[in-house]
Formats: sequence, structure tokens, C-alpha cells
Amino acid sequence: MSEQKPTGGRTREEMARRLAQDIPDGAYVNLGIGIPELVAKFVPVGREFIYHTENGLLGMGPSPEPGTGDPELINAGKRQVTAIPGAAFFHHADSFAMIRGGHLDLCVLGALQVSQNGDLANWSTGATDAIPAVGGAMDLVAGVKSIYVITQHCTRNGEPKLVELCTFPLTGRGVVHRIYTDLAVIQITPAGFQVLELSPGVDFNQVQERTGAPLSPMADPPGVPKMT
Amino acid sequence: MINKQVASAAEAVADLFDGATIMIGGFGEAGSPIELIHALIDQGARNLTAVNNNTGSGEVGLAALIKAGRVSRMICSYPRTANSTEFPKLYHRGAIQLDLVPQGTLAERIRAGGAGIPAFYTPTSLDTPLEKGKERRTINGRDYVLEYGLTADFAIIKGRVADTYGNVVYNMTARNFSPLMAMAGKITIVQAAEVVAPGGLDPEVIVTPGIFVNRVVEITHPAHESTLVAAGESYP
Repeated sequence: MSEQKPTGGRTREEMARRLAQDIPDGAYVNLGIGIPELVAKFVPVGREFIYHTENGLLGMGPSPEPGTGDPELINAGKRQVTAIPGAAFFHHADSFAMIRGGHLDLCVLGALQVSQNGDLANWSTGATDAIPAVGGAMDLVAGVKSIYVITQHCTRNGEPKLVELCTFPLTGRGVVHRIYTDLAVIQITPAGFQVLELSPGVDFNQVQERTGAPLSPMADPPGVPKMT
Repeated sequence: MINKQVASAAEAVADLFDGATIMIGGFGEAGSPIELIHALIDQGARNLTAVNNNTGSGEVGLAALIKAGRVSRMICSYPRTANSTEFPKLYHRGAIQLDLVPQGTLAERIRAGGAGIPAFYTPTSLDTPLEKGKERRTINGRDYVLEYGLTADFAIIKGRVADTYGNVVYNMTARNFSPLMAMAGKITIVQAAEVVAPGGLDPEVIVTPGIFVNRVVEITHPAHESTLVAAGESYP
């Protein structure tokens, strides 16, 4: 654990831009709250993604212009959004049928911790005085074809978020496929964390020092985006 | 002759009783039947079990019902939204019980309850603290958790347009849980901004067929929770 900020590394926006490059054309995508929402700003030229929001909209568009929003057109974070031409509204059972039934291609989520076998903890720190709240996270990880996590590599206190074993309550076991952090892109493999790519200006040892489990070095760089 | 329209929100909720389970439509403020909830506060039923995705905001609508001490148990997926200040107060002093249910499981439990399905298996919550105490079963090589269907004595929901047969259409993402709750409520009460005669809705676009609805009340200009909260309003 180091409190020292690494030099280099991606900003939140650069992390989102990097992740967006790995989403194939035509994908149906659910974006979690926070950094995941930024991904929608960086759709690569020539590709089209359809955004699902679990409160009942397929074809979610960007935030409305000030003063034009509707309090009954919102996203899962309860912020006002727009609906693109070709959007569809539906009730919650249909929405979670899309999720649990494996119809969505990709979900991008934030994380408190990810373990080397892909366990995700992102809903509770287990603090006894906190009010537990889970929303749709457990349904998303149980059903969406690919789960990508986008997160800072370490907590504000410099603790690694990528760990051998999650100590916070789990959202799901063995559900994460890939992690995009400020320092690297990391794939979950049967052998644990594998670095696919280092952020510009970051070297392997820097990432390893800030990771709570062994990393294996880069394999072949990823080619044309494909769902894992 | 069938005419499910009633004259007022007060009349619509008059027979709610102490100890009832009540499903309340809405995801955050979208689809929250505020006028029906306020009528319920006036009506006075206590010791309610309330089913909603959240716990309201500010001191209006569901949050006001909670603040008034009418809800003894909350079945909910996300009780921690912005401006939800009443639920935490009661929760921390042990005055309200929380059943935390994953959002999709909550939706499916309500759907199943309304559809005559007593229970179902789902992959959601497997290997998490929310699986605790639940039956697990392996089906086709994958593990699932048993969840039970959920019904209610009453469901109160908000539509955009209803007809006097009880057919309902909704407004955008205000639809959310309401069509499911309409099925699962023994008595389902709809507030709609417009109530029309039979034939006034295109049968092809009806979302909730009238068979699931018992009462309809016209609330022509429903308040928006965020507007009331921003204005610092509280109910009553």
C-alpha cells in the first residue's frame, strides 16, 4: 500500500474513453452510476451503442438541455435524461428480463473491490451503522453477458481495490471480466489478474505495487473489440 | 354497468386498514402517486408494510408517510437516495424494519405474486449476504436462489391516462413497477392525469388492462416530488 500518487495514469474521462473503444458496434449497454456514465460521451466514430437504464428505458440519450427535462424521464441514478428516436419504455419485470435473461451485451460498473477471480463488491462496506442499499447491481452481474468495471486503481487512502479476496460484502462471485483503471486495463483470467495494457507513462511495477494480488504481464494486445 | 372512477383520492383510499400491505408505484419520484399517498396520510391507516423501490425524499409523498410513523416495515431495493432523510431517522432508532431486496428480484416477486406464481429461482444474490437463509438449488448445472412471490392488500399507482374500465397507459419512465403492482394488489387504485370513457384509449397501446384495476381517480395536475422538495414543502 502506498499513499504516493503514481505519475501518469488516466483521468476519469480518459478511462471512460479507453473503455468505450472496446465496445463493439451495435452493443446493448447498461452503464452504472458515476464514472461508468462518462462512457456514453466517448462513442467511437462509426459505432452505435444502445443504452439501457434499468428503470425502464432502452435508447437512453444524453441529459436534457436545461429547462427541457421531465421528472418522469430519468435514469437509474434518478437524473433526468432524454430518449433517442427509436427508444422504448417498459416496466421493471421486462427491464430485468433483459438483464437476467442475458439480452444485454455489456454492463459497466464501479467497484469498491474486485478479487483476482472476478468477485465484485460494490454495494456495501459492511459498516453496521450504514443503511444497506443494493438496487439492481446483483441482477446486473448475474445476467449481463460481460461485466466491465471502471474504477480508480486504489482508494483515496491508497488502499488497493484489486485484491486477492474481497473483504466487503459481495455483489456477485466470479462475475467481472475486465477492469479499466487509471493505471491499466486488466483482464480476469483463470490464473488471476492479467495486464492487457498499461496507461501511458505507467510501468508494470508501479501497477503491481498498487495491486493487492499478483499480476501477470501483458499477453497479446487486444484486437478488434469482441464481447468476452 | 362498470365504472371504476371514484370522485376523490380520499374516497379511493377510504377502506385502507391498519396492518395492510401496500404497494406504492414509482422509482424515485417518477411514477410516485403523491396525491394518493397524501390521501392515505389523511386517512390514518397505521402499521403498514410498504413496498416501493425507494423510501421517498424530503417530507412529501412516501417520505411523509414514513415520517408520520405509518409504515412499520419497508420492502425496498434502494433506501439511500438523495434527499431521503426521513427513513434513515426511523431506521436508526429502530422504528422501521427494512427488507432489502435486489431491484430485479423485487420486480419479479411482484410480477409472480400477481401472476399466481408462488415462488421462482433466480441467479441474483447468489453468494452474497442477501442469499442468507434462502433455499438454493442447482438447475442445469447452475445455482439459483429461491424467492417468493409478493402480493399486497392494496396497490396505489400513477398513470397518465386511464379509462373508466381501468385500462391504463403511463408516462415514460414513470411506468416502472406500476403495471406489476397493479397485478399484485388485491385492490388496485390508479391516479391518472386524465380519465376517459371506454374507447378513449387505443386497445393496442394499453399497458395495464382494466381487469387488474379496481378504482380510478382523476388528478389532473399531479405534483412532482422534486418540485415540492425544492420548495421545502412538507405534508400535511
